[in-house]
Amino acid sequence: MTINEIQDELIEEFELFDDWEEKYEYIIDLGKKLPKLADEYKTEENIIKGCQSIVWLNAYMKDDKLIFEADSEAIIVKGLVSMLLRVLSGHTPEEVLNADLYFINRVGLSSHLAQTRSNGLASMVKQMKAYALAFQVLEENK
Amino acid sequence: MLVENRTDKVTMLDIQKIRADFPILEEKINGKDLVYFDNAATTQKPLPVLNALSNYYGKYNANIHRGIHHLAEKATSAFEATRRTIQRFLNARYAEEIIFTYGTTDGINLVAQTYGRKFLKEGDEIIISTLEHHSNIVPWQMLCEQNGCILKVIPINDNGELILEEYEKLLSEKTKFVSVVHVSNALGTINPVKYIIEKAHEVGAKVLIDGAQATSHLNIDVQDLDTDFYVFSAHKLYGPTGMGALYGKKEVLEAMPPYRGGGEMIKEVTFEKTTYNELPYKFEAGTPNIADVIAVKTAIEYIEELGKENVAAYENELLAYATEQLSKIEGLKIIGQAREKVSVISFVIEGIHPQDIGVILDQQGIAIRTGHHCTQPLMKRFGIPGTSRASFAVYNTKEEIDKLVLGIEKVKKMVL
Repeated sequence: MTINEIQDELIEEFELFDDWEEKYEYIIDLGKKLPKLADEYKTEENIIKGCQSIVWLNAYMKDDKLIFEADSEAIIVKGLVSMLLRVLSGHTPEEVLNADLYFINRVGLSSHLAQTRSNGLASMVKQMKAYALAFQVLEENK
Repeated sequence: MLVENRTDKVTMLDIQKIRADFPILEEKINGKDLVYFDNAATTQKPLPVLNALSNYYGKYNANIHRGIHHLAEKATSAFEATRRTIQRFLNARYAEEIIFTYGTTDGINLVAQTYGRKFLKEGDEIIISTLEHHSNIVPWQMLCEQNGCILKVIPINDNGELILEEYEKLLSEKTKFVSVVHVSNALGTINPVKYIIEKAHEVGAKVLIDGAQATSHLNIDVQDLDTDFYVFSAHKLYGPTGMGALYGKKEVLEAMPPYRGGGEMIKEVTFEKTTYNELPYKFEAGTPNIADVIAVKTAIEYIEELGKENVAAYENELLAYATEQLSKIEGLKIIGQAREKVSVISFVIEGIHPQDIGVILDQQGIAIRTGHHCTQPLMKRFGIPGTSRASFAVYNTKEEIDKLVLGIEKVKKMVL
């Protein structure tokens, strides 16, 4: 599936929810189901700055695809991270770089994109794109 | 001894009438009635304060001190009236002991960079405490880097109270400055500042008290405290943002070099040499925050009309009720259980990150603060990344605290 197809799928899933409680219960559930990041990747370098709770993000290339793994100490953030991984992990660096993440607004989570100290979703997206750029340059120089 | 000037003469306040003065309380957040429990970050503003701001801009906006026209005179007179109001509010001896600043942080930086740079030398010791906000840590660390001073820290006990015996052990002839918070923003602890000042003076040190969290709850008497400096922010006192004051003893302020250079702070400028203006203007370079300064007078009068004792009594009632109700929640632990506290409750819930608590309460229209509250060393002392903090003001009610309790139960149900 392309990045946009996955986004559209997420938007459809969220359309089923009637209120904020169902929505957040779903996000919390996603957070609980996200596999734990191995301790060796929970390093200082992997911490994303700008989040109120600690978020670790690890990235590597598998074949020509960029794979993300992440974790957080806060469950809602972890659920949001899980959604970002579902949308962006497993695509080429170029696809990640060019991705327009419209699903965040469409599922009503734009408040988590706000650039306040407490909400670091924007920092996460920025970091994922930075990884994509770095790996793109690496691939080109191979 | 611990709380200054609390009296038993208390009148019941009409809280619904007070609430009607705060238009923001009618706002809906996520479709729910706003419950605003982030008062330690900033309080809401009553209508008279909003009116004072719009009156100034609508009726007598002018730059102050220089103009000779009617508007300039009117603005100058309103501006200077605030200085006298703050003088009375803090019981300062002279109006020129009140320096307008942008807020508490600005006031601390001013003292560190003027008094500190001039009078503190390599090897001199500055004492702060574990309870300090970053704004009462970083300016002193910067000074230490510039002047080679050494920072010493008063430890706290598990209740979040300063260990005074340890403070006394830190004091010596090397101690040249003590800068301590009056009321902890993260825990609500009221520090025995009068005692702290007395002890510091015994070794000849100067003292600054960070009153950011104190002025809306306690009566402040800088002469009785005998403090050298006292700083606060208006926005935590039902006043506008971007405005605060530094109180300094006249003889100390006079000995200090100016801070920022510019207009207003000068007497005469030539390209060869500039002579500086007198107090308080020496420290007030540039066009000040005129509108906000003027509105602070209204904010202070608003509080004084309610009566600080009455406000304190009501807030203590809210604190006692909230402490009792929150304590019933399984897994919830209150951080900071000092005997003397203002209406601030910091708590953690086992297995739930503070951010999750904040997000889910926000969905229910309840505004609290989560995180480290700009007190990372304090959080480290308790071995936690942060807390959830509910802080109450005079317009809050027990019904709102009930909503908070229900809200927290919902957080637990959803997350655990």
